[in-house]
Amino acid sequence: MKLSRWTGWAGGKAVPWALPIGLLAAWQAAAAAGWLSSRVLPAPTDVIVAAWNLASNGELWKHLSVSFWRALTGFAIGGSIGFLLGLLNGVFRPAERLLDTSIQMIRNIPHLALIPLVILWFGIGEEAKVFLVALGVLFPMYVNTLHGIRNVDAGLLEMGRVYGLGPWQLFWRIWLPGALPSILVGLRYALGIMWLTLIVAETIAADRGIGYLAMNAREFMQTDVVVFSILLYALFGKLADSIARFLERRWLRWNVNYQHI
Amino acid sequence: MGPGRGAELILEQVGKQFGDKHALRRVNLVVKRGEFVAIIGRSGCGKSTLLRLAAGLEEPTSGRILVDGEELRGLNEKARVMFQDARLLPWRRVMDNVGLGLKGEWEPKALEVLEQVGLADRADDWPTVLSGGQRQRVALARALISHPQLLLLDEPLGALDALTRIDMQRLIERLWLEQKFTALLVTHDVDEAVMLADRVILIEDGVCTLDVPVRLPRPRQRGDAAFADLVDTILRRILGTKPEERAIASVSIGEKRRAL
Ligand SMILES: Nc1ncnc2c1ncn2[C@@H]1O[C@H](COP(=O)(O)OP(=O)(O)O)[C@@H](O)[C@H]1O
Ligand SMILES: [Mg+2]
Repeated sequence: MKLSRWTGWAGGKAVPWALPIGLLAAWQAAAAAGWLSSRVLPAPTDVIVAAWNLASNGELWKHLSVSFWRALTGFAIGGSIGFLLGLLNGVFRPAERLLDTSIQMIRNIPHLALIPLVILWFGIGEEAKVFLVALGVLFPMYVNTLHGIRNVDAGLLEMGRVYGLGPWQLFWRIWLPGALPSILVGLRYALGIMWLTLIVAETIAADRGIGYLAMNAREFMQTDVVVFSILLYALFGKLADSIARFLERRWLRWNVNYQHI
Repeated sequence: MGPGRGAELILEQVGKQFGDKHALRRVNLVVKRGEFVAIIGRSGCGKSTLLRLAAGLEEPTSGRILVDGEELRGLNEKARVMFQDARLLPWRRVMDNVGLGLKGEWEPKALEVLEQVGLADRADDWPTVLSGGQRQRVALARALISHPQLLLLDEPLGALDALTRIDMQRLIERLWLEQKFTALLVTHDVDEAVMLADRVILIEDGVCTLDVPVRLPRPRQRGDAAFADLVDTILRRILGTKPEERAIASVSIGEKRRAL
C-alpha cells in the first residue's frame, strides 16, 4: 500500500519536478566548485540568504506591496474597461461599429513604446506604472470578451427568448456564460501582460518595487538580489496563472474540455 | 381556460419574404384547439419559417396570424418550441435547464416533468453527458413544464436513430393525449407525420398544397395496411409532382415497407 502510493507519487507528481531540481543541484555544485563566478550567477544558497535578509529587514515587504498594488490597480482599471467595452461592442452592433476600429488602431501601438511619453506625462510616480499596466491589460480583455460574446450560439439566444427570458436574464444565463471560456482566456493572457508590463516599467523608472529592487542591486553588483527578484516575478507569474486555472476549473465545470485539467 | 387546454392557431394569407426571396407566399391554415397537425415538405420550402412565425420570432410580411382569435404581435406567450438541436444550456444542469425562466417554487415541478420523460435520475447531470435522445427528452420536459397551449416542434427527432425516434414519438403522443395542447410538428418523415398527426399538411413553393386528415385509431401501428397505404399515398403525392421521379418514389416506398 505504502509502496504503491510512493510509486504513484513518483510516477505522477514527481516527474515534472525532476529536471528543475536536478538543474538546481548542478548549479549549486558548479558555484561551490568555483566554476561559476558569483558575478555571473550566485549559488542558490546565496540567493536564499539574500531573500532571508531582505525579508527580515522589512525591505522585501515594502517593495512587494508596492508592486502588488500597482499590478492589481492597473489590472482592475484596464481589465474592467476592456471587459465592459467587449461586452458593449459584442452585444450592441452600433457600438461596435462606432468603437471597434478605433480600439483596434490603438491596440496596434505596443503599449511599452509609450513609456517615454508616459514618463513625460506622469513623471515616474505611481500613475505612470498603473497607466501602463491598465493599458496593457485592456486589449487582451477587450478582444477576448468581444470574441466570446460574438460566438455565443444564436440558437441558444433564440431559445432563451422563446422561453420568456428578459434582457437581463438573457445576459446572465446565456451571453455571459457562453462567452466565459473566451473571457477567461483573455484574463489569463492579461495577467501575463500585467506582470510583464510591471517588470519593464519598474526596471526603467521607479524608486520602489521589485523591479527597482533588482536594478538597485545591479548597481551594487548584488547578483543574489537580482536573481531573487527575477524569481519573485516568476513566482507571481505562476501564481497568476494558477488563479486563472482555478477560475477555469470552477466556472467551466460544465465544459468537457475543462473537466480534466 | 385552464392550463392544458390547447390554443387555436389561424394563419390567414400569411407570407414571409427575406429580401426579395419568398420563403412563404400565401399560407392559409386553421389548427383547432388540441389538434395535432404535421407539416411536411422538401428542405427549404419554408417549414421552419412557418413555425418561427407561429412562435412570434418573426413577423409575417403579409397576412396575419391569430392565436385564440387575437392577432399575434411579438412573442407568442402561449407557445413553446422544440428545436431540432435540443438547445440545452451546456452550463446549467439538466434540472436547471428544465426550470429555465420559471419563477417561484419550480423544482418539484421540474422533477415531475423529468419523471414523465423518464429522466428524473439525470436531474443533476450536465447536458453534455447525455445522449441525443436524452437531450431531446430534456428539451421536451422544458417545453412542457410551463403547460404551453401550443407546442411547436421543428424536426425535433430528425437527428435521432430509428429506435430512439420511435420511443420519442410514443412519448410525445402520450403527453399530448394527457395534456391536450395543440401541436404543430414539422417533419420530413412522412411515416412520423402519419404516426402522430390528426392532419398532414404539405407545403410546396410557399403554399399549402395538400391537407390530408389521418383518421386511423390510436395507438397507430406501422405494420397496419391502412397506415402503409396512407404513407404511400402521401409520398406519391409529394414525389409524383415530377413524372420522372414517380419510378423512384415507388422504389423507395417499397424499400420503406421492407425496412419496417
Ligand atoms: N433569416 C433568413 N434570411 C434569409 N433567408 C432565409 C432566412 N430564413 C430562412 N430563409 C430562406 O427561406 C427558405 C425557407 O427556409 P426554412 O423555413 O428554414 O425551410 P425548411 O425549414 O422548410 O427547410 C429557405 O430558402 C431559406 O434559405
Ligand atoms: Mg427547417
